[in-house]
Amino acid sequence: MSAPLNGLVLAGGRSTRMGKDKAALRAAGRSQLEQAMALLVPRVAQAFVSVRADQRSEPLRAGFAQIEDTRENFGPIAGIVAAQERHPGSAWLVLACDLPLLDAATLDRLLRERAPERLATAFRSSHDGLPEPLCAVYEPASRPALAAYIAAGGNCPRGFLRQSDVKLIDEPNPRALDNANTPEEYAAAMSTLAATGAAVTRHVTVQYFALLREQAGRGTESVATAARTPRELYGELARRHPFTLDPGLLRVAINSEFADWSAPLADGDAVVFIPPVAGG
Amino acid sequence: MSATFSLVRAPLDPVGLRAGLADPACGGYAAFEGWVRDHNEGQRVRHLEYEAYEVLAVREAERILAEAVTRFGVAHAACAHRIGDLAVGELAVWVGVSAAHRDEAFRACRYIIDEIKHRLPIWKKEHYLGGDSGWVNCERCAAPAAHAHEHEHA
Repeated sequence: MSAPLNGLVLAGGRSTRMGKDKAALRAAGRSQLEQAMALLVPRVAQAFVSVRADQRSEPLRAGFAQIEDTRENFGPIAGIVAAQERHPGSAWLVLACDLPLLDAATLDRLLRERAPERLATAFRSSHDGLPEPLCAVYEPASRPALAAYIAAGGNCPRGFLRQSDVKLIDEPNPRALDNANTPEEYAAAMSTLAATGAAVTRHVTVQYFALLREQAGRGTESVATAARTPRELYGELARRHPFTLDPGLLRVAINSEFADWSAPLADGDAVVFIPPVAGG
Repeated sequence: MSATFSLVRAPLDPVGLRAGLADPACGGYAAFEGWVRDHNEGQRVRHLEYEAYEVLAVREAERILAEAVTRFGVAHAACAHRIGDLAVGELAVWVGVSAAHRDEAFRACRYIIDEIKHRLPIWKKEHYLGGDSGWVNCERCAAPAAHAHEHEHA
């Protein structure tokens, strides 16, 4: 039985090297903080943004549930500790807010591979093979270990993961966790986003009818997705909702017209999966 | 020539619908009425609930009516489909065709109701006497032969 999973976006940094607030930089049409929250919200019980005390009323951060750092000038580890202190029974999916190439497929793999019996589950960096601490799941059992690490003088989340019982997995998209700390890194990430359809997050509206509406528990939802086609989108939604219908029995419509399962999805599309019909 | 379709929440009025097809050039008129039946696949049905993806249902129905007009050369074709809650005995779907002669009127009418059943994004939930309910054609979808309608496939 795994612990309930909450989500935390770390947005308490000072963005010194970037020269402006990283959380507010735009990627895929919205701020990096909003983008990270959009990826988290459908995957966790509760999603929070980690802030310093003097950031609480900053307009972008004020739009989300917040957890305030309890230690000053301690870097990202302070945000993780504050979240664990607030909800000690929860596991935490922790994300940095400066991962412009992070996609749904990467988070879904992390959650699929999550090992609740270990202290954490994290990706092995495609650059240096070391654990990536800021797109990882921290189990409740990591709380005393992290506290002991800090008490011994540690302040580096990567250092903590390196010495802990952590499950390491490979990234499905080797650039998904490239972070952008400087204007140059951010520009490089933006050009990658423009060049590869794969890492682009699209915002689509899905409308549900009949049995699918009942199984999804809603008539419509907005989805931020890396899915490129209705087929990939249905696969993603079927992991989130208890759908029983085989996609082979469904038809699909995009923007109020029948469409192919492999048609390309575009930002802003309205998608409907059509269960077997029974008019007349 | 006319081809009109409507999705309607209120009870259908077959007399009014029929009047819309009147034409001195037509010598034949055929209509089909689909009624809510009190049983289906061995279960006693108490009432039905129809739900539609309205924008696409209207578009697809208009295509079907236009096909019928072209294919059979009839003068006028119309269809109205109920949505919402329906009691046993109520009129769920109405199709009417007027044409110069009876043969094309019958054939176009049959074509329209068959295509409407197959192609329109409309769903039917049956509420049974025992309190159970189910979406027709969806609850046993593992079996592709669940398409056990009363009509034959054209």
